[in-house]
Amino acid sequence: MSETSLVPALSPEEISEIEDEISHLPDRESAAIDALMIIQRHRGWVSDESLRAAAELLQMSSAELDSIATFYNLIYRQPVGRHVVMVCDSVSCYVMDADKLAGEVQERFGVKFGQTTPDNRFTLLPIVCLGACDRAPAIMIDKDLHGPVTAAELEAIFAEYK
Amino acid sequence: MSLQETKPMTGRVEEVGGRVSLADYETGGGYAGARRALREMSPEEVIELVRESDLKGRGGAGFPTGMKWSFAKDEPPTPGSKYLVCNADEMEPGTFKDRYLLEYNPHLLIEGMIIGAYAIQADRAYVFLRGEYHEPYKHLTQAIQDAHRKGYLGSSIFSTGYSLDLRVHLSGGRYICGEETALLNALEGKRAQPRSKPPYPPASGAWGRPTIVNNVETFCNVPSILRNGAQWYKNLGVTEDAGTKLYGVSGRVNKPGLWELPMGTPIREIIDIHAQGMREGYQLRGVLPGGASTDFLVEEHFDLPMDYKTIQSAGSRMGTGTMILMDDSICPVDMCRNLEHFFAQESCGFCTPCREGIPWVEELLTEIESGNGKEGDLEILDQQAAYIGGPGNTFCLHAPGAMEPLQSALKYFREDFVEHIRTGKCPYRKGRD
Repeated sequence: MSETSLVPALSPEEISEIEDEISHLPDRESAAIDALMIIQRHRGWVSDESLRAAAELLQMSSAELDSIATFYNLIYRQPVGRHVVMVCDSVSCYVMDADKLAGEVQERFGVKFGQTTPDNRFTLLPIVCLGACDRAPAIMIDKDLHGPVTAAELEAIFAEYK
Repeated sequence: MSLQETKPMTGRVEEVGGRVSLADYETGGGYAGARRALREMSPEEVIELVRESDLKGRGGAGFPTGMKWSFAKDEPPTPGSKYLVCNADEMEPGTFKDRYLLEYNPHLLIEGMIIGAYAIQADRAYVFLRGEYHEPYKHLTQAIQDAHRKGYLGSSIFSTGYSLDLRVHLSGGRYICGEETALLNALEGKRAQPRSKPPYPPASGAWGRPTIVNNVETFCNVPSILRNGAQWYKNLGVTEDAGTKLYGVSGRVNKPGLWELPMGTPIREIIDIHAQGMREGYQLRGVLPGGASTDFLVEEHFDLPMDYKTIQSAGSRMGTGTMILMDDSICPVDMCRNLEHFFAQESCGFCTPCREGIPWVEELLTEIESGNGKEGDLEILDQQAAYIGGPGNTFCLHAPGAMEPLQSALKYFREDFVEHIRTGKCPYRKGRD
């Protein structure tokens, strides 16, 4: 088995956070998305083991919980790098040459969207409109919004994320 | 007149010169509207006042808010909660107005929600916030905590006996969550697929209970109506529609941004004066007036006032009021390809015309743009725009919204489409490569 089996599928902190969400909802299953987001906040992604444990906690089938997890683009069902880089590809950024920027970002790291750099530092993803259209073209790294971003600034921006 | 009387949503932000804290908010008269509603008015009187003000929903559809609230009746009363939900899932491409309100004036939203919840007698309220809004999340949750501490949320608000539990649900993503019944499914922890309507949420919404869903900006208009009255609010607009509006401009202008202006401010004034006009060397060709799912407007429309009725009679929608500009360096075919790629990707996949039709449209646009368009392709696009655009062929308005920019581009920029097919190449590529 992988090393993930050495850590518990859900920590006491995760369980207590999930139970807190449940206490504000009419039934346990309603906390499904909150539970997945909580797990991801703690672990960076949602493994099969965590998903099964969460399903048990929520009293629902793991198949159903997985159908929910895979519907939402911000819930990761595979590991991501230490930092997630999201490049906006929606229309306001598009008119400000976001396609070109997206090409430059992928070239800079030598990986394509959906992939993680071999040193596990960055995962690249396209993202829909980040609501920063006055700062187009925009990118988001982890929780930080950057924009407008030029190709020349990429190096300095990425340097802040080790 | 004070800034807050001409700009009820952002005036206090300007006065303070940044983010409005609870202390800032209260010194500026904040929470006086909610206090008045809860202490001096009946729920019915609050609804009546909002109805009189002629406030319309700011999320895009423009439905009268007071009327919507009046639908949340539960008669005869049945056991269980009623819910008030704030749609803060701001994902309409080109839209960045709610982020501003959430980050800079979160107490305005909270006050608006307290008033709304009291009006419909809900005891639970949720803010459905998009997952990438980390900064707004930080400021909103802080504001909620501060309001709780002061007794403005929780049990017996303003010592009136009325209680409200307000929670933030951080979304897992997907544009379709902005559709109000998809949003309710997501709030219930399910996949965000829109529901068949009727019943509408005011009759059967979250967990099958009466539920009212309003946009962030809509709630942010409410406190000032309680403070200054319906007539004052009506008079803020310069055309038929009431109030002020957060208008935004993105694209190749000198100063992209967001401004709170009287409802009905002309398009050209917003672009030329507030956004300081097009950047040197670029000409304006088309405007998506209120997000990706609105029809293009062109030169002949630019002097029109931005209000619900006028933009609708010009064949488009005011939508979110944040406009996206297409300048003369942009290929209209390729811009439509970008838009349809978004809508194809974000379809929830439930209805066939949307799931299968939009990707096909995207593929045709890709072919045409790359010079591989064929005779007859435009007729197929016309046909599909009409069929997928329905409305009535799908559960929700995702597919019809997706066809709005396309059908209008086929009308206003048809020569561009024809030239691509005739010459077998994109005339704009030279400039871009």
